[in-house]
Amino acid sequence: MPGASDPGFDTLALHAGAAPDPATGARAVPIHLSTSFVFENSEHAASLFNMERSGHVYSRISNPTNAVLEERVAALEGGTGAIATASGQAALHLAIATLAGAGSHIVSSSALYGGSHNLLHYTLARFGIETTFVKPGDIDGWRAAIRPSTKLLFGETLGNPGLDVLDIPTVAAIAHDHHLPLLVDSTFTTPWLMRPFEHGADLVFHSATKFLSGHGTVIGGVLVDSGNFDWDAAHAKSGRFAELAAPYDGFHGMVFSEESTVGAFLLRARREGLRDFGACMSPHTAWLILQGIETLPLRMARHVENTRKVVEFLAGQAMVEAVGYPELDTHPSHALAKRLLPRGCGSVFSFNLRGSREQGKAFIEGLRIFSHLANVGDCRSLVIHPASTTHFRMDDAALAQAGITPGTIRLSIGLEEADDLIDDLKRALKVAEKAVAR
Amino acid sequence: MELTVDGRKAYAYSGGKAFDASLPCIVFIHGALNDHSVWTLLARWFAHHGHAVLALDLPGHGRSDGPPLADVEALAGWVLALLDAAGVRKAALIGHSMGSLIALEAAGRAPERADRLVMLGTAVPMKVSDALMHTSQRDPLKAIDMVNTFSHSGTASKPSYPGPGTWLHGSDRALMRRVQAGQSGLNLFHHDFGICDRYERGLAAAANVRCPATIVVGSRDQMTSPKQAATIAKALNARVQSVDAGHSMMSEAPDAVLAALRSAMA
Repeated sequence: MPGASDPGFDTLALHAGAAPDPATGARAVPIHLSTSFVFENSEHAASLFNMERSGHVYSRISNPTNAVLEERVAALEGGTGAIATASGQAALHLAIATLAGAGSHIVSSSALYGGSHNLLHYTLARFGIETTFVKPGDIDGWRAAIRPSTKLLFGETLGNPGLDVLDIPTVAAIAHDHHLPLLVDSTFTTPWLMRPFEHGADLVFHSATKFLSGHGTVIGGVLVDSGNFDWDAAHAKSGRFAELAAPYDGFHGMVFSEESTVGAFLLRARREGLRDFGACMSPHTAWLILQGIETLPLRMARHVENTRKVVEFLAGQAMVEAVGYPELDTHPSHALAKRLLPRGCGSVFSFNLRGSREQGKAFIEGLRIFSHLANVGDCRSLVIHPASTTHFRMDDAALAQAGITPGTIRLSIGLEEADDLIDDLKRALKVAEKAVAR
Repeated sequence: MELTVDGRKAYAYSGGKAFDASLPCIVFIHGALNDHSVWTLLARWFAHHGHAVLALDLPGHGRSDGPPLADVEALAGWVLALLDAAGVRKAALIGHSMGSLIALEAAGRAPERADRLVMLGTAVPMKVSDALMHTSQRDPLKAIDMVNTFSHSGTASKPSYPGPGTWLHGSDRALMRRVQAGQSGLNLFHHDFGICDRYERGLAAAANVRCPATIVVGSRDQMTSPKQAATIAKALNARVQSVDAGHSMMSEAPDAVLAALRSAMA
């Protein structure tokens, strides 16, 4: 009986989670800007609160527009469900806070977005959650860093900003050998380039601000569960994850893994994390991200196509010392990229300019199409100098551990004509070259 | 809650309340490669509305010890033994798909112990196509994907089960994979399909049933179409209720299924 399968990626990007509105016939997803939803009667109200029925009560916890986004991202990732959050940072915090508390420990890749590094290294430490950082390619380091108090392993699919490809199959195997889940930040790759669950990751989150939204208009995050991690088995073998496998006083003694064999994590994250921390997404934001996702396959293909042309151009320039794109055989993650990212390595990458720090500044200021700002994954091309912006809190040693030099320039290649982007870079390189003579 | 049946651990979800055998009891029996979690919203509702609830994990599924039992007859015997272990004399038996056959067989074998019979997503006989049977044996993960696709009627059922933000295709597939992985020495999917395919006593069991019966069909069910339920509905003189859903009706239409079950239990 061949042929039976779920709809393909491009179809899911347009349809998953959404149908014409039964009340109005509206074909596009309506924006449900309502804080709360009317109960049919007192019995209905009580049953919603007590999880005897599914439905919406209050938009901090769930909302019909957000639910479409959540289902759609879960469908694209191959997960069981998702939770939309106020930002990517909120999604990371929600994942950690659902599993960890004071006395817990995390093992994390050192090649991280600066905001994630801050959260783990400084902020969570203040709340008693400690993190050990290991270089993403140091496989023995991952294994050695695990402690009895460790609650999860964490890394980025493409480490920011050096684009170290996380060896998800290997790191996931280490995590699972120790009855631990692997959480992955998949912002740079999106499910169009890689679906981390297919390689062994257990939880995925996105800064939906970037490629999922794709237009640089909104801040948002999405946390997705594969449903593959067996919290009960891990609890029985290691004593960890009582949060999901033992009675929870905050919900009448509910054991989340009994309520849902494969949805326990998201149940607790929503019923506790969204309820109590409150970092929910606006339905208007959810709608804008849904608009972006509808064209995600088309945009990602063009992002990668443009990036390959720009990378090829930069690699041939005398002013460019090195280009860090994993499709180049000079990149340390080249072999992993070929295996895990056959569709491409995204459109965010860094290169090192030859010359002084002043020449670097001249380069950035010489660009006309690229916008100098702190974001990536926009449909417009962007540029930034990590050492003075996103990673400015790191000292030189920490920068080096994250694969950044003072001359590193990060680009996010957009959807403009590739020739126009190359002309812009040519012009800025000339400006930088002349700056040395002054 | 955990019980001991035939010397082995048997798990039953009691709906978020302590089990009280003095209350009218409802037993929920899941289908092939599922577990109790397909019933939790419904079980919670009935547990908080005056019933004692036992949503079972069949032997070798979910939290109940194996080995999986060989046929519908053995599973019906196990359900009746579980009622003994729980101190329940009489119960409403509610089953989905393979579980509906187990409920039917138990109600036919011990008619004095069944005060309601509800069969959801059912067909008697429940023949499995040769192609699906073959695929479940040769490539169970592919068969899971096939059945998962056939079991859903759309990509936007609302409200999601067990709560908003759940992608039903993904969660139902993950559950089947989890239950399949729980039996390392046996292809549980092929085993369960074989149980459905081989069961031939359905009409004989129906002839012994004395309690009111209800059949709940999914109007868009591609696994057990409404037409296939007609024979057993007639044999049981059952009331037929239709919900706008596919075979995974408890997850696709939890409110409509709740309404159907409330009506059946009234």
